[in-house]
Amino acid sequence: MTNCLECDAGIIIPDDAVEGEIVTCAECGASFELVKASDGFELKPAQTIGEDWGQ
Amino acid sequence: VTSKITVLYDTIRLEEKLLIESAKKNNIDIEMVDCKKLFIDLSENTQNFQTVLQRCVSYYRNIHSTATLEGLGAKVVNSLNTGILAGNKLFTHMLLQKAGVPTPEATIAFSKEAAMNALEKNGYPKIIKPTVGSWGRMVSKLNNKDSAEAIIESRESMYPIYQIHFLEEFVQRPPRDIRAIVIGDKVAGAIYRITDKDNWKTNTHLGGSAETCKVTNEMEDMCIKAKNAVQGEIVGVDLMESDDKGLVVHEINNTTEFRNVVRVTGVDVPTQILEHVKNMSG
Repeated sequence: MTNCLECDAGIIIPDDAVEGEIVTCAECGASFELVKASDGFELKPAQTIGEDWGQ
Repeated sequence: VTSKITVLYDTIRLEEKLLIESAKKNNIDIEMVDCKKLFIDLSENTQNFQTVLQRCVSYYRNIHSTATLEGLGAKVVNSLNTGILAGNKLFTHMLLQKAGVPTPEATIAFSKEAAMNALEKNGYPKIIKPTVGSWGRMVSKLNNKDSAEAIIESRESMYPIYQIHFLEEFVQRPPRDIRAIVIGDKVAGAIYRITDKDNWKTNTHLGGSAETCKVTNEMEDMCIKAKNAVQGEIVGVDLMESDDKGLVVHEINNTTEFRNVVRVTGVDVPTQILEHVKNMSG
């Protein structure tokens, strides 16, 4: 469990999480990218969807 | 030479997690490389990239990193040519037409005035699409002269790519389209993407739902031809069921999403992708 950088609500990071994954705060909807830290993951504000994103 | 597959990504979506999971389960040697952290001196392949599965979601990052690694001697799936050709709706249209793959009627116009003249001649409604772009962004239905004027006018002040006007027929069809995942010379699976009643766009990003689509021989044949037309290896082919022309291909996706195909059909797309790339490297 870590805390949302926007609203401080608890964010549960799933067991199978990998670096670079985007998690979203259930309370305020802010999105964060998971960054490896010494013990687990830290949150970094995620890039919003880029103008050239797609498939 | 190693059999390791580099998976080049910039965002971990469900697709990338499924690839990681599959590699673990099947003992396939992959390394995940975040393209956002890469810098590469262009004179030498010091980082020893050999076989690369390109998964970057950003179009520009995708084709520029592919050009770099391919230029340094790596095998990149899909290739730079495929990225460029499939990444542009006009280029794709011309190649499909040449390959004899049915595709919606379209007109290209190189200014607002020319686009308005084309619409006057060919009639409404038409779909206007940027030649480069995804997820249905800036794809609009032009119902009449007034709406066309307004929409095309708004593009006059944008980046020049938005002043190339690709005008496509509004295909009369059931309220769904088809996404087929092509891996090598086989369609791995296909789904219907069903629109909700308030939206004519079928992108599942926009809230459409999905159901299994049975792959017919005709459909498979069209999909393989479409993939070959853009020199692809692993692509997502989008088709519509036109009321008067039958199946038509309207788009080929270079870095295809496949989560809904996996979820709905149960086909193990990520493992088929990794196996295919592995066989290409060996």
